Amino acid sequence: MDFEIEVNNRKITAHQGETILSALHRNGIQVPTLCHMENFTPTGACRMCMVEVEGKSDLIPACSHPVEEWMKLKTHSPRVVKARKTIVELLLANHPDDCLFCVRNNNCELQTLAAELNVRERRFPGKKEKHKIDPSSTSIFRDPEKCILCGRCVRVCEETIGVSTVDFIGRGHSTIIGPTFNKSLNLSNCINCGQCIRACPTGALHEKSHFPELQEALHNPDIQVVVQYSPSIPVTLAEEFGMKAGKDINGILNGILRKIGFDKIFDTAFAADLYTVELAAELQQRIDSDEQLPLFTSDCPGWVKYVEQFRQNLLPNISHCKSPQQMMGTLIKQHYAKEAGISPDKIYSVSLMPCTAKKFEAQREEMTHKGISEVDAVLTTRELAAFIKLNGIDVSDIETEFSDKPYGEKSSAGKIYGVSGGVTESVMRTLYYKNMGRELTPKKVKKARGSKGQREGSLKMKNLELHYAIINGMGHAKELLDEIEKGESKYHFIEVMACPGGCVNGGGQPIDSRKEDIKARGKELYKIDDQSSINRAHRNPHLDSLYENLLEAPRSEISSRLLHTTYKKRDVLP
Amino acid sequence: MDNPLDRILKQYPNTRRDNLLPLLQDIHDSLGYLSEESIIKVSQHLSLPSSKVYGVATFFDQFHFEPQAHFVIRICSGTSCHLSGSAEIMDEFKKTLNIRPGQTTRDGVFRLEEVPCLGACGLSPIVEVNGESHTGFSVQQIADLVEACKENVA
Ligand code: SF4
Ligand code: FES
Repeated sequence: MDFEIEVNNRKITAHQGETILSALHRNGIQVPTLCHMENFTPTGACRMCMVEVEGKSDLIPACSHPVEEWMKLKTHSPRVVKARKTIVELLLANHPDDCLFCVRNNNCELQTLAAELNVRERRFPGKKEKHKIDPSSTSIFRDPEKCILCGRCVRVCEETIGVSTVDFIGRGHSTIIGPTFNKSLNLSNCINCGQCIRACPTGALHEKSHFPELQEALHNPDIQVVVQYSPSIPVTLAEEFGMKAGKDINGILNGILRKIGFDKIFDTAFAADLYTVELAAELQQRIDSDEQLPLFTSDCPGWVKYVEQFRQNLLPNISHCKSPQQMMGTLIKQHYAKEAGISPDKIYSVSLMPCTAKKFEAQREEMTHKGISEVDAVLTTRELAAFIKLNGIDVSDIETEFSDKPYGEKSSAGKIYGVSGGVTESVMRTLYYKNMGRELTPKKVKKARGSKGQREGSLKMKNLELHYAIINGMGHAKELLDEIEKGESKYHFIEVMACPGGCVNGGGQPIDSRKEDIKARGKELYKIDDQSSINRAHRNPHLDSLYENLLEAPRSEISSRLLHTTYKKRDVLP
Repeated sequence: MDNPLDRILKQYPNTRRDNLLPLLQDIHDSLGYLSEESIIKVSQHLSLPSSKVYGVATFFDQFHFEPQAHFVIRICSGTSCHLSGSAEIMDEFKKTLNIRPGQTTRDGVFRLEEVPCLGACGLSPIVEVNGESHTGFSVQQIADLVEACKENVA
């Protein structure tokens, strides 16, 4: 039911049951918020969104209060504005004054609020709480002094990711947010997904960075710097430079990277094709022998760590394939190095990823041979944007260029790895071909697409009906995993992405990504797939020559040695 | 033999989140504090993330997270006690035990606390040892009191 309420002396329409905030937003009236998160249960913790309601003595929080028919509201009365300003001033009283040194300078909600509310003097010179920084994690850097206790990280980690690494500790002014026992993150059950970084309004959480080493390597004449980028990077980066969400700037990206001084530019989507072919072969083998089914994907390092911690009896079900990032890393250090006549320790291998967990993956000991890492540094989309600026590149003035051979060519099936369901779709296309000797047409695997937290479908091949499922965001994993652990599952293949939506919504993506932006990125990937003439992994001609020259066949002795890996049980805080 | 922690957990079969507090209280009563092990076991027992259990537990002042001292010595610093010399008493305790208020001696025998008025101003100064009041206390009694406590532990 709809009814009218009065806001700032004008009538607006409200829906029965919605919050005041949602009615205001729909009608284009902006009220600042801090703790509020769309589609999460409101907590009403920060009081930033308070509005004045005629007839009520207290201000009420718009984010958590249902709208009612009789309401007459003021959203920016002097009283309201003063209250909001006081909140910000109080937060600032216990905030380190180091905006100029902060990663979130110019992209901080607290800073923006202070500016918008015209905070111009230090009204409360309070004592600032001292807390230790936590640099222990490979991916996430925690600085509790900058935390304003909005609780957004706590909620994403619990509700979206289903891990609950962090929570409020203590009470009153000594409260902080941290892992159990306030231990460091590397001892916790954190899976490094980075969603909490994206949720953080300030600089209390950010990724671990490797700029100095990278800059060093780029300027060292004895080192060749080789870069790979994940499928979703070219359809996201544009946003960091004020361009339309979802704009594909692959060619420009190549130009930028060359200008910065990267010696070789490869496309992780090539390795995704390789992953598809290897994974399809593994799935076929398991189906034939009816062993260790369902087979789970292994390309999401957040998911892999989750299983290593919480679902250890499912470890045999995870594919042995290294992720595309690591397959590419291996190829660079082992194959490319040989072909180019360079010693692997003279190659610095960099990967550009929408993901913070990839930083963790890159330093796993399984991903190192004789002390040489397959991937030396991982930069998130955000870091890439910052690195481009650091190197003084004018993005508007770049010619489009191609990536390098031999690992620069991809099929568009490798490209859609960037969206949840993409891996499944690519694997189904290839598996179908291998089984039937003809292509799956149409190539679109409809049931693999969409935004639902869990999707499923099946594919008929000869006398096999192959059942697959997709877990889109780890918060949706529990039920299905419980079923599988009990042995009650009909599935042969399950794709899991820790971040809902897949890599286009990864924890390394732009902080202020809106829902529409994330959708636009995914849409663009599907469009690329629609327009591409090479749209199946097994049709990638460069893959054929790689098998001819090096790998022999999927799951051959040599491809297993180079491209496959193992997992281990991890003992962490529950 | 079960350890006390397991025994308490057994008294709560098939429980969920609503029993978290009673469970923590029972463990606290029995062990005197909430050890890391107990937080972890409780979270496994209730299938709750340990961060949640720890978060809830740290919200309440009643819970301690380190083993408690055998003797908690609380010295009243209310007005009346202060006027009758509680500050000197505190100083002497600090010197004798070599700790400050809020600290526990390394051997875990003594803990010193400063408390606001204990509500018996007529009998000041007051020193409380494990809840037992010593009224009209004087600096001269400290050495004996400490000695007696130590013997009691040994
Ligand atoms: S990185 Fe992911 S798993 Fe780790 S604390 Fe943040 S949200 Fe939780
Ligand atoms: S946004 Fe409403 S209380 Fe925080």
